[in-house]
Amino acid sequence: MTSIENMKTSTVPEGGALEAPRRTLFQENWNQFKRNRLAMSGLVIFVIFFIIAAAGLLLTSGTDPIFDPALVRLQEKLRPPLSAPNFETLKPEEVPRFGIYLFGTDDLGRDVFSRMLQGAWVSLTVGFVAVGIAVVIGVMLGGIAGYYGNKRILNLISVDGLIVGLIDIMLCFPSFFLILTVVALLPASIYNIMIVIGLTSWMGAARFVRAEFLSLREQDFVTAARALGLSDLWIIFRHMVPNAMAPVLVSATIGIAGAILTEAALSFLGFGVPPPHATWGNILSNGKDFLFDAPWLTFIPGFAVLIVVLAFNLFGEGLRDVLNPKLRERH
Amino acid sequence: MLAFIGRSAIRKLITLFFVSVISFLIIHLAPGEPSQIDPLNPKFTQEVLERFRKEFHLDRPLYMQYLYFYRDLLTGKSLSWKDNRPVLEKIFERFLNSLPLFILGTLITWTLSFPVGIPAAIRRGSLYDRSTTFLAYLLISIPGFFFAYMLIIFVVTRFHVPVIGMETFGISSKGWHFLMDRLWHLLIPSVLGAAGGIAVLSRYVRNQMLEVESQDYVRTAKAKGLPADEVHYKHALRNALLPFVTMFGLVLPGLIGGSVIIESIFSWPGMGRMAYEAILARDYPVILTVNFISAILVLIGTFISDLLYMVVDPRIRL
Repeated sequence: MTSIENMKTSTVPEGGALEAPRRTLFQENWNQFKRNRLAMSGLVIFVIFFIIAAAGLLLTSGTDPIFDPALVRLQEKLRPPLSAPNFETLKPEEVPRFGIYLFGTDDLGRDVFSRMLQGAWVSLTVGFVAVGIAVVIGVMLGGIAGYYGNKRILNLISVDGLIVGLIDIMLCFPSFFLILTVVALLPASIYNIMIVIGLTSWMGAARFVRAEFLSLREQDFVTAARALGLSDLWIIFRHMVPNAMAPVLVSATIGIAGAILTEAALSFLGFGVPPPHATWGNILSNGKDFLFDAPWLTFIPGFAVLIVVLAFNLFGEGLRDVLNPKLRERH
Repeated sequence: MLAFIGRSAIRKLITLFFVSVISFLIIHLAPGEPSQIDPLNPKFTQEVLERFRKEFHLDRPLYMQYLYFYRDLLTGKSLSWKDNRPVLEKIFERFLNSLPLFILGTLITWTLSFPVGIPAAIRRGSLYDRSTTFLAYLLISIPGFFFAYMLIIFVVTRFHVPVIGMETFGISSKGWHFLMDRLWHLLIPSVLGAAGGIAVLSRYVRNQMLEVESQDYVRTAKAKGLPADEVHYKHALRNALLPFVTMFGLVLPGLIGGSVIIESIFSWPGMGRMAYEAILARDYPVILTVNFISAILVLIGTFISDLLYMVVDPRIRL
């Protein structure tokens, strides 16, 4: 008996009762996430990519940029990476920064390093804006379908049926072909591409949110919120959406990867951002004519897209493991 | 069962109708008209232009254009605006070119995904599992066109063989040699088309297998001392295969898709490239027909997959 008493007193810290470990949900998830090395490297690459893209925007824009992506030096075309420029034929202001072509030059003698820097920002913004649009539409429609599902419009069709029907319709379109058609018909601009990719990829988010809302709306905390007389909008956005965001977040991260790939493919087919602005897709597209003479024009942008997309995919999968405790590996 | 088929058919017809309306609106509300495709051409005088617009009903209100178009499509009289050939005939010709790509690609995907995915699930966490996982992510993330060029560089510099097009230019058109040439040209685009599919499908196989392996009856089978192979391949695998039966239906839309990018890189005169050329030429009938047929295939595909699900899994008979 005494030994048990002793044990009890020894485990209780002095001057206090037993306490739960003071770790927030975020810390818990973060510790879980850190253990997944692939996902962690995805996050690190993502952060580096973000910094490079932001730096690229600053360093390549303006009238007299530090790295000039549009400067044509016809006498210096197709120089391999890390080659030194021919100083005798260049004016002083044409000499590349650091006196070296880090990634070589293209068929017009433009510095590929500067062009890659400029293109990074395009990839980043296309990914985030397009997925942002898709998530906003998806959460709205999915939320309406899940929350007001049983309401009927004109006694004909339920709100839920209408939105599910809309999702079914959108899923019937061959998505890349549809994007290609719309982008080709509209005037070439980066904003059109973002909007079109966003408008054609919200169905996944809508389905996830709808499914979550269908189970959330039956739960006690929602009933309690309603009993308190809170407005529908407040209940949906303050109480239900945060609880339904986990799968959306995961699909959004992977969606960014998809949007970057789609933009690169569109640029590759010649429907991307109008020249002379550089994107990774159109650097590669220009480079394909010199596949055997200047393979770096293919490999540098290709690997850049590959690494960034891979990072987003790995990060997204890591998020999925963390946010979905059911999938967690048991150790 | 019949009630389900009836309800689902009606629902799908309604969906198809809206798809046709939306795709028509997208095409026709976009700025620019096919009659303006070549404004600098001196042959396009005002009268020619008017005649052109009248010929293709472009001067009628939008809903009439819609009715005209789908009447022509459903009666098979729709003509391409680019070369005045019947659209369906044109599509069918290109479809036959894309078909071998599709068949070989699908075969490669389905035969490789299972042997890759199943051992990864059985030996979860092993080096094999981790490396196939990473490889799958790599294949999902690689831009198709970049992968294509890497393969082209590799094959051309290593084997010194032509890879572009459907056949080597000027090769004799019969005999063993010809057949091998065609097959060789088919192989690389098919492998490219299959790469992404293998990555996705093998991951799916692995996850499905893991789920089954963690169930009680598998543990019981192990506990009563059955050989490991029998547990994995006889007890677990058979149940893990269930969802894949239904995926056969979802393969169908790929029939018409044809990859725009792969076909344009390899100068493959298939569906994807025809669609791409139609977009460039604003050949509305071809664009809309491709869209319409692919919507039909998606709907039929989901329908087949629902039916198969009901057949193989008695728990969800509606």
